[in-house]
Amino acid sequence: MTSTKTPVTLEESNIESFLRMDRMPHIWCAGCGIGTAVGCFARAVERAGLDPDKVSLISGIGCAGRAAGYVKLDSFHTTHGRALPFATGLKLGNPELNVVVFSGDGDLLAIGGNHLIHSARRNIDLTVICINNFNYGMTGGQMGPTTPIDARTTTTPYGNVEYPFNAPYLLAASGATYVSRWTVMHPRELERSIAEALVKPGFSFVEVLSPCPALYGRLNKESKGLDTMHTYLKRSVIRNGADPKDAEIGLNGPILVGKYVDIERPTLWDCCKQVFDRVKEKKSK
Amino acid sequence: MVKGRMLQGARAMAEMVALCRPKVISAYPITPQTLIVEELSQIVADGDLEAEFINVEGEHSAASVCLGACAAGARVFTCSSSQGILLMSEVIFNISGMRLPVVMICVNRSVSAPLNIWNDQQDSMILRDSGWIQLYAENNQETCDLLLQAYRIAEDHRVMLPVMVCADGYVLPHAYEIVDLPDQEKADAFLPFYEPIYKLDVENPSTMGAYADPEKYMETRYMIQETLKKSIPIVEEVARDFSNTFARPSYGLFENYHVDDSSTVVVALGSMAGTIKDAIDELRTEGEKVGLLRMICYRPFPKEALYEALRNAVNIVVIEKDISLGASGAVATDMRAIFQGRDASPRISGFVIGLGGRDVTIDDIKLAIKKAQQQFEDADFIGLKEELELEGIDA
Ligand code: SF4
Repeated sequence: MTSTKTPVTLEESNIESFLRMDRMPHIWCAGCGIGTAVGCFARAVERAGLDPDKVSLISGIGCAGRAAGYVKLDSFHTTHGRALPFATGLKLGNPELNVVVFSGDGDLLAIGGNHLIHSARRNIDLTVICINNFNYGMTGGQMGPTTPIDARTTTTPYGNVEYPFNAPYLLAASGATYVSRWTVMHPRELERSIAEALVKPGFSFVEVLSPCPALYGRLNKESKGLDTMHTYLKRSVIRNGADPKDAEIGLNGPILVGKYVDIERPTLWDCCKQVFDRVKEKKSK
Repeated sequence: MVKGRMLQGARAMAEMVALCRPKVISAYPITPQTLIVEELSQIVADGDLEAEFINVEGEHSAASVCLGACAAGARVFTCSSSQGILLMSEVIFNISGMRLPVVMICVNRSVSAPLNIWNDQQDSMILRDSGWIQLYAENNQETCDLLLQAYRIAEDHRVMLPVMVCADGYVLPHAYEIVDLPDQEKADAFLPFYEPIYKLDVENPSTMGAYADPEKYMETRYMIQETLKKSIPIVEEVARDFSNTFARPSYGLFENYHVDDSSTVVVALGSMAGTIKDAIDELRTEGEKVGLLRMICYRPFPKEALYEALRNAVNIVVIEKDISLGASGAVATDMRAIFQGRDASPRISGFVIGLGGRDVTIDDIKLAIKKAQQQFEDADFIGLKEELELEGIDA
């Protein structure tokens, strides 16, 4: 189904050539999972056999958004929530490009939430990598659209009362053609999934659960990144093809990971082309 | 002994907001505003303030929630910075257009791109035309004092317009300072419960924000303009009442720091006034006649009071943390307009300083003053890096 190359091992993979080493050290806290996700993305580009000159990485605001500044790709750090409309414009302006949005749950599901559902609905050919750490990390750990019920954040000191989004369910319902979820404790699976998403025509969404030890972790009894990694290991249940309705994440209990959606649906560009061709044909008659 | 407690600015502001007893608080995290909202959410969660707190999905929603709650007759609060203020701007105009007394803090921060989280005053300056009253604070004590006054002014039935209290990002909310806050009883006495003139009420149905065709729209703007002009003495009246009640100066429209005997007067807003006062103190010990007019109430723009205060100055030195790109600094432009067609015609130079959090030093201020005394400057950037001074583009 997808044109994947022979797997690359960690040792063979040269991530450094993919990163802007002049910008190191990065700003991410010790134990943060975003770096691992960037690594998986880098290897996925290689695995998918994409020409890095034709890959563009767009991010919004937040800790995950910083990735745009660290990769040796054409990248753009947009304002809060606007990564998807920017990426839409970029893809329409240059359909040759493989446009990837790499951003956080707050950026994509809250302030950019409207753009997310509409991009999926239109099925524009983009890949979204959504780092979900259950809170707004960069601004100090406030409750966000993915914060589980009862979880503590700096704005829910006695536990969250707002029902969170189940991202895979939302994206499946909105029309995405590829939806998966992994954690940074699953680097191999994550890498493979991103590679699949990259070559999949249409709107692909990969949710990546990632520790935020500095804020969300500290407030929820996982003060080290490793604690959260242990939690992922303990709570993750791999179930490919599961009903995304069941992918809700609570403060405790299992976390479903795997691929939920992998369907074929004409992309926005396919649909446009059909109409163009039809009109052209009519005119030529 | 100094009265008060050693508090972080954000904590002091949050406690002051709580003393104002808003019924609905809505906000979205953005640096450097977040600390205030976090403190408030804690105060609400602890049950120390009976209010609904909602952390929404973006600033556009935060302002809209406040608009809705205020339309229902509730006292509300929100708070934002930079891009958040810009994202709110659609609703900001709606709030003043609907004549609803929303109060917010703008924690001043620069505007993207490039992305920069540090302080200047470009964000609130962009909204100077929105029909909001804008009050700029020098320090945390003043931010708190102005907050209490802001609700009084906004909800005054002669005004019924929103108020934005502007506090420089990081410099204020992140700094620790001794702040004296009133007790609840005194705050309540100064700021009674909000009594709306109009609200959305099933017993008394009405429509707000409805369609106004060309036959009606212009009058709505005229009415806001007239009300804003008439609210200048009300800002002064509330400040006087505040000073009398709390035995602490509140300056009203602006603070006069050695203006009367000075031939050169600096005009500035916000926290950099501290640095400017230090520069002025040094210059005055050297015998120079220099003063500072620190503007607090920038909208409505108190033209008459400013003219009277500055009519004897020879040199007016406007130093500001914003720029109307392609023109001049916003404050310098406004200051120049005051003297059009009047007897006094001081030279009014403009300086742009401290954009995106660049340090403002005593030497920078002295340099601006010296330049202004030598010749007219339109919008001179102070503190540029030397390597950026391109040939032909003189900095
Ligand atoms: S605040 Fe959280 S998400 Fe942000 S860099 Fe630190 S650990 Fe990572």
